Amino acid sequence: MKNSVGREIPEYIEGYGQVKPFGGALANYGERTKTSVKLRSVKPGDNKLVETIDEVLDKVGIRDGMTVSFHHHLRNGDYVINLVMEAIAKRGIKDITVAATGIFKIHEPLVDYIKSGVITGISVNYIAPGPVATAISKGLLKKPAVLMSHGGRPRAIESGDLHIDVAFIAAPTADFYGNMNGVHGKAACGTLAYAVSDAQYADHVVAVTDNLVPYPACPIEISQDYVDYVVKVESIGDPNGIVSGTLTVTKDPVGLRIAKLAAQVIEATGYIKEGMSFQTGAGGTSLAVAAEVRRFMKEKNVVGSFAAGGITGYMVDMLNDGLFRSLFDVQCFDLKAIASMRDNPKHQKMSGSLYGNPHNRGAVVNNLDVMILGATEIDTDFNVNVVTGSDGIIIGASGGHNDTAAGSKLAIVVTNLTKGRLPVVKDQVTTVTTPGETIDVLVTERGIAVNPARQDLIDKLKDTDLPIVPIEVLKNIAERLTGKPEPIKFTDQVVAVVEYRDGTVIDAVRKPL
Amino acid sequence: MKINKTAQAGALESSDVLVTVEPNPDGGIKVELETKRVIQKQFGKQIEKVILETAQQSGAEDVLIKAQDKGALDYTFRARVQAALQRASL
Amino acid sequence: MSKNRSMLIIPGNSPKGLQNAPVFYPDLLVLDLADGVPFEDKDSARLLVKEAIGFMDYENTQVVVRINSLQSGFGAKDIEVITPVQPVAFVIPQGSVEQLQDIEILLTESEKKAGLKEGSIGLIPVVDTVKALEQMSSLLNTSPRIKSAFFNAEGLAQELGIIRSKEGDEILYARSKFAMACRVAGMNSFDTSFIDSNDYEGLEKDCFKARNLGFTGKAAIDGRQIDTIHKIFV
Repeated sequence: MKNSVGREIPEYIEGYGQVKPFGGALANYGERTKTSVKLRSVKPGDNKLVETIDEVLDKVGIRDGMTVSFHHHLRNGDYVINLVMEAIAKRGIKDITVAATGIFKIHEPLVDYIKSGVITGISVNYIAPGPVATAISKGLLKKPAVLMSHGGRPRAIESGDLHIDVAFIAAPTADFYGNMNGVHGKAACGTLAYAVSDAQYADHVVAVTDNLVPYPACPIEISQDYVDYVVKVESIGDPNGIVSGTLTVTKDPVGLRIAKLAAQVIEATGYIKEGMSFQTGAGGTSLAVAAEVRRFMKEKNVVGSFAAGGITGYMVDMLNDGLFRSLFDVQCFDLKAIASMRDNPKHQKMSGSLYGNPHNRGAVVNNLDVMILGATEIDTDFNVNVVTGSDGIIIGASGGHNDTAAGSKLAIVVTNLTKGRLPVVKDQVTTVTTPGETIDVLVTERGIAVNPARQDLIDKLKDTDLPIVPIEVLKNIAERLTGKPEPIKFTDQVVAVVEYRDGTVIDAVRKPL
Repeated sequence: MKINKTAQAGALESSDVLVTVEPNPDGGIKVELETKRVIQKQFGKQIEKVILETAQQSGAEDVLIKAQDKGALDYTFRARVQAALQRASL
Repeated sequence: MSKNRSMLIIPGNSPKGLQNAPVFYPDLLVLDLADGVPFEDKDSARLLVKEAIGFMDYENTQVVVRINSLQSGFGAKDIEVITPVQPVAFVIPQGSVEQLQDIEILLTESEKKAGLKEGSIGLIPVVDTVKALEQMSSLLNTSPRIKSAFFNAEGLAQELGIIRSKEGDEILYARSKFAMACRVAGMNSFDTSFIDSNDYEGLEKDCFKARNLGFTGKAAIDGRQIDTIHKIFV
């Protein structure tokens, strides 16, 4: 069957189940029921502290077919997924589903567990290009991987679509009774936002820490009433892989050109205004947009209500310079962000659900005015792909892409029109991650295209000297430079299912030939 | 155009290509393209055609052309192949 | 009518630079075969520039090519190879009456061979020597092809052992002389580029100074400088 963005999806996918086809960004709101939670109550005097991960596995009754979950705040420095999976594999347990909010290069050992059948399912909302993503693309995983968004995952957990048997929560700091925070300890990562739904809904919740502190581990982010066990390990992660070095505004002239154009679009469409809200990624061009927006805000002397998302030192500077009244932080990207979140009450953390879940009583993305997004590919219907490279190999997952695009009033994709030899604007993207109906403007170095559905924006931009062109023109310019790409050939085997934030299937990734 | 020796043009820098040409003892024009998989899959045939046509138009015979690509566009392939061939025919 | 406020100079041997250049919308795009290209790459840069002009999306800018001087031994070949792709003009370093006269002959011949109308390609002499500066009026009258000239202070500084500064007091006379000579001849005058491409404020001041001295435009070495130049020269 074809879903509403025209992608051919099987009605039933082996290892995934019955497919609910994507039917539009706003098609799926209304009354919801949250799933019930099973827990074992803790009586006074019970001990939660456990010596080893192995012992924890006994306590939670680990067995074939279970789903275990992890968060990715330790990013490419995370040791916890590998530690836990190694212990599970040693027991000869099979058929585990790993529900991780993010997977990085450091998680390469998972590939062997995939090959040996220890891991047969993966659900993930962020995945870095690398060994695990490639293994999934090759079809090594028994069941198709499920690629979600940062808001879609907590939705899936809260609705019961994604049931977690055991949540292993890497905790940079914890106490013996399970209170956790991410702002202290040598593996400090800032907020633990992505793990909040796991803690609230998993059957068993385990805090894995290398910094056991006297009770209580203030400032507490995930509290003891959600936690069954605490286990101390030597190290939960490598600080060098957790936080980035200084993330800086790009110096690349083309990136700066794109950023400047994007900021001019924001200004010309009237979004540089008192109380504005803004989110951008941590990439060099995205940060450059922030720098240009900052210039406009200063010029017009406006103060924004909030900036949101993964937070970098650059956004912290904007907060401290009084350009925004507050920050909503779902992921700290650097030490400056961690310190600010710890020390500044205006720097507010938000759980993944609060950030982007479409089925709660209103996520923060709904309050976003302007969202700056990237793209691996974008098609002439403005559908965006951030999941697969142009060769069909998995290089990412939505992260907050389709959540913020859906929520924000002005969703701008900034990208180079061509990346080396590869055209970014195409007739059809390899995989749809974010539906074109939620993307308003595409800004490239060679021109700007406005989604025809946004006549209001077109009207506001038509008298500016910005280089506004139909998106087809950008596609033609790109293809004139790169040539027309030959279509990639795929097999019929579905290796990953791309879920939209509401749990419907927006695309299926097939194994390339 | 007679290819007398091995010669190179271009560079292993982003958007460029390093072209190495040498006499082909087996005769004819042989093209060898080394590039990223994602480029190979979508543009490999087009690029090889550009290289071959450029060599033919330059009047080169019996040459082995190796192109180590870093995301070059067609015009760069044409320029680098011409330059390498001219250098090899000196 | 095309504007002549800015000229962006891009080294001719870098595909990346050649591909990125048009996105800054310079009025003139100078593809450089001279200073920006090392000796051993002169031949391959020439071919790359030739192919780029035919291929790239340079429609919104006037493409000119800075060739090597005739005395370098590369200039004649540059003219021969590039003429068929018909740049708007050639930029001639170490402009002198004698060189321009020789180039006039070579170019006319090349145009004929390429089937172009005589005089279709312009000439932009670079004034970067004391002699050229003092010959300005005869220099500008050497050929009807000359509609613009470019003052390159770095060449002059080298010749005279001048130490350059951001403020440019040391080149005040040369700038004034150059700009006035161009005004008298009714020609576009491009000021020397501002070297610190991260200093937008300094660039703006420098543009303003040049405009007040009578220049009609300015050279740039980085695409990021174009917007500032266009802000001052209108």
